[in-house]
Amino acid sequence: MEFLNTSIGRKMIMAVTGGSMILFTIIHLLGNSSIFVGPSGINSYAEHLHSMPLPIIVAFRAVMLALFVVHVIYGIQLTLENRVGRTSQYALKANRKATFSSENMIWTGSLLFVFIVYHLLHFTFRSTPGLKLVTDASGHFDVFAMVASSFTSFVGAGIYVAFVAVLFLHLYHGIQSFFQTIGQANDSTLPTITTVGRFVALVLFLGFASIPLSILLGIIKG
Amino acid sequence: MSDHKTMTINLVVWRQKNANDTGKFENYTVKGITGHHSFLEMLDVLNEDLIHAGKEPVNFDHDCREGICGMCSQVINGMAHGGQERTTVCQLHMRKFKDGDTIYVEPWRARAFPLLKDLVVDRSALDRIIQAGGYTSCHTGGVPDANSTLIPKPAADESMDAAECIGCGACVAGCPNGAAMLFTGAKVSQFAVLPQGRPEAKQRVLNMVQAMKDNNFGNCTNHYECQAACPKGINVKFIARMNREYFKAQF
Amino acid sequence: MILDGKSPTGPIQQSWDKYRFDLKLVNPSNKRKYTIIMVGTGLAGGAAAASLGELGYNVMAFCYQDSPRRAHSIAAQGGINAAKNYPSDGDSVYRLFYDTIKGGDFRAREADVWRLAQVSNNIIDQCVAQGVPFARDYAGYLDNRSFGGAQVSRTFFARGQTGQQLLLGAYSALSRQIKAGTVQMYTRREMMDLVVVDGVARGITCRNLVTGEIESYAADAVCLATGGYVNVFYLATMAKNSSVTANWAAHKKGAFFANPCYTQIHPTCIPQSGEYQSKLTLMSESLRNDGRVWVPKKKEDCGKHPNDIPEEDRDYYLERKYPSFGNLAPRDIASRAAKEQCDDERGVGPGGRGVYLDFSTSIKRVGAAKIKERYGNLFEMYEKITDEDGYKRPMRIYPAPHYAMGGLWVDYNLMSNIPGLFVLGEANFSVHGANRLGASALMQGLADGYFVIPYTIGGYLASIKPYGTSTDPSEFKQSADEVKERINKLLNVKGKETPTHYMRELGRLMWNNCGMGRSKESLEENLKKIPELHQEFLQNVKVAGTGAEFNQQLEAAWRTQDFFEFGPLLVRDALNREESCGGHFRVEHQYDDGEAKRNDADFCYAAAWEYKGENKEPELHKEPLKFENIHLAVRSYK
Repeated sequence: MEFLNTSIGRKMIMAVTGGSMILFTIIHLLGNSSIFVGPSGINSYAEHLHSMPLPIIVAFRAVMLALFVVHVIYGIQLTLENRVGRTSQYALKANRKATFSSENMIWTGSLLFVFIVYHLLHFTFRSTPGLKLVTDASGHFDVFAMVASSFTSFVGAGIYVAFVAVLFLHLYHGIQSFFQTIGQANDSTLPTITTVGRFVALVLFLGFASIPLSILLGIIKG
Repeated sequence: MSDHKTMTINLVVWRQKNANDTGKFENYTVKGITGHHSFLEMLDVLNEDLIHAGKEPVNFDHDCREGICGMCSQVINGMAHGGQERTTVCQLHMRKFKDGDTIYVEPWRARAFPLLKDLVVDRSALDRIIQAGGYTSCHTGGVPDANSTLIPKPAADESMDAAECIGCGACVAGCPNGAAMLFTGAKVSQFAVLPQGRPEAKQRVLNMVQAMKDNNFGNCTNHYECQAACPKGINVKFIARMNREYFKAQF
Repeated sequence: MILDGKSPTGPIQQSWDKYRFDLKLVNPSNKRKYTIIMVGTGLAGGAAAASLGELGYNVMAFCYQDSPRRAHSIAAQGGINAAKNYPSDGDSVYRLFYDTIKGGDFRAREADVWRLAQVSNNIIDQCVAQGVPFARDYAGYLDNRSFGGAQVSRTFFARGQTGQQLLLGAYSALSRQIKAGTVQMYTRREMMDLVVVDGVARGITCRNLVTGEIESYAADAVCLATGGYVNVFYLATMAKNSSVTANWAAHKKGAFFANPCYTQIHPTCIPQSGEYQSKLTLMSESLRNDGRVWVPKKKEDCGKHPNDIPEEDRDYYLERKYPSFGNLAPRDIASRAAKEQCDDERGVGPGGRGVYLDFSTSIKRVGAAKIKERYGNLFEMYEKITDEDGYKRPMRIYPAPHYAMGGLWVDYNLMSNIPGLFVLGEANFSVHGANRLGASALMQGLADGYFVIPYTIGGYLASIKPYGTSTDPSEFKQSADEVKERINKLLNVKGKETPTHYMRELGRLMWNNCGMGRSKESLEENLKKIPELHQEFLQNVKVAGTGAEFNQQLEAAWRTQDFFEFGPLLVRDALNREESCGGHFRVEHQYDDGEAKRNDADFCYAAAWEYKGENKEPELHKEPLKFENIHLAVRSYK
């Protein structure tokens, strides 16, 4: 298909997959913030999610996996193509608009990849060591206990804060990039889109970071 | 005016005999430069000095020297056209530099622009993008009266904003990926907003995008370095419009 | 020899239509058997190559730049005239015709000018169809403005970059033909010689500017659209690399050079700031709509800051001398007046070669914002070059050579006296007479390229059998050998001074003695001094590098050499023309008030010069000019 043969087509796919994952991330944060209500909040939220019919859960996870995989593959492929766009380098190159974030998308992306794999192993498959896995008398899994056990150490919480900091860097460029790539930006909207995009990235960072930090600092208690 | 004060400038200039040569930097010192010298006139002085000293003068593309032909093409201290807003090298003046400054002068560097000599590169890849579709296929003669199609002023202005591109290739030189998205986006957009351009809009954007790929240009990563480098201030909104046109062309 | 311009006879209104009908046609299936060489791809050459390619001819197009999009047509700012009469302000083909003849000081051929005025309307239609974004009003109609003192609003424009947009239109049409395979584009090629076989133009010899190879190309007709020669003054508003080289090569092979002394000096250029200056930059003369031109009344005030000179000590000389036209007096008149003030030692800025263009009155009247809206880009350009703020202190301006009305002689078909050699655009002499009106250069280039040559060249080609593109005739090799020998000579001088040095010196002689004011003495001095300097050049020039590589010094040396040979011809023509008309001002021929004095009794002809060989005087041929539709009258702008 020609659309996928050109960089614009593939970038649009990246924009749409990335955009979908941003939406997921926002919903994820909203759901996770139920932890601030206390153990019952997050537990009932998790309970609610897990009580959905299995086919829906499987389908959802499959879609998320597909989005993720496509985004990663095209990201790597396009970056490799771009690397050869310039055969010889400038002795001096002064960037005027590029940011640390825009220049390091492949690296922040790679780190996110590692983190996400860790995160899935950690909280989805619960296969990392040291997790407190408790099921109450009625057979309900205690998500709160598991999360709390992970974030009581500086390392445990630190990993997650670092994780969302990288996410912030990725989205700092990524959100406005989404609109530009799908062609929904112009000279009057792009500055606003950029500012709002960076703000959203910051809110996500603060929101996600507040959970491990709150647990670490004992603001949320079981 | 600073007519009486003169400057001494240290230059680090890329020298390369031809495409096969590996090339290297050479250091030169130019004296007696005033603030009123244009950057190219400073290079003229350097060349006169080099010739008198029995050395090879530096070759560099230039022609109109009034900022419109798009021939001049040097990267100065890491910035295409030297980094002054909306300015080509020929319009960049030495008053922007200080006595004793060291200035790096390099050619456009991009895979799509093979080097010919010193600071001169081959930009015919840009021509090939235009040949792929940067026109309306009207015949000479046999066209309707100019006022038979009304074009709203905002559309005409938008088209003109895009059409200001001088094809110098600074966007490619400034882009970390050596992409020609701004160049191509501007040409696609110039026609896309005009009724005359609509009949061929679909095929045009498909062909021109393909031509970018075929001519070894890189991809867009939305750094917007192209807009910063553009001596005509062409806006990256035209890349967005090209993306939109490209998407529409799929159906 | 009395030359025949082959002007059609009969009522001028039908002249072109009738002539076009009478021209022989080339059968569509035969067109592909003919090959046409197009040298130069500016407005005229680009438009012609595209149109001829589309008609079905094989076209080989050449330009010295790296892309056909860069020709100097691109630098035209103001606009393009057409007799559309969209504003209904009394314009007509006849009025455009009349204005152009009068503006040219009655030194152009009526039939050619009529044709230009007639097809001007087609040009606008053509460019709009190509997607040229001309300015529009809010209702969506094309916008017009009055330009260069014209009494009607007939100028179409695309911001301050009309030339650029029109050129890009032609370039896009050309690109389409390149893609279609009808046009072969050869970039970075300099035409070094014309190849004439049995008296017929058959091809060209080029230097490949990248490899240095000398290449031969053969065709059934050769078109030159190679622009003007005013870089002979060194400091001019032309592109640095534009030259007389192609035209001079054709001239040496027999093509007559007509009216070389008609050069236009544009009044609103940014003055020279020092010896190192490489070119002059023009600012659109629309600035004179709101700017007042003045110099200090007293010599001792010239060094002062202009804002410190009180109103009563300022001499608004254009308003004083030309009360009705004032600051809008035509280009040649405004230019000469500036020179007069500076010769009177009341010029300002470096070297005293400048006059003030003051916007303070207009800023007081309409506000700085309005002025910025009208001329913002020009003020910005002025500040970039001079580091002075035109809003706060008056701009400095000075005249600079800008356009060549003269050029190779052509008949009504745009064919030179060499069969098969056609000349288009600024390179020919045909329509502007002794002075070109603003916004008319773009019009001529595109008229020749889109709407004249596609017809007239057919008439010629229909009369010959295709020769083919073989470069076997011995003349090709001979031409290439001559070019190589001339290159080797230049490289082997191994003297001390650079080509630029000599070009600067030649330019100085031309400007001082053959510029805005020309006298018998100054011209004769040049006829003596230029050959001397030329000799020195031939013995002392230093051309770095070799011939077999990319070598900009060699390019410069070659062009300089041609300017050295051409300069004396311009001077001789100026010496011969014992009158003042348009851009040619002989100080001996003026009225008491300093106005140009034309001599219709003796000089109502086009002077076409024939090359007779090195160091031999050229021979003058005359083409008498007949004015049957417009009465010869004194051109007055008082």
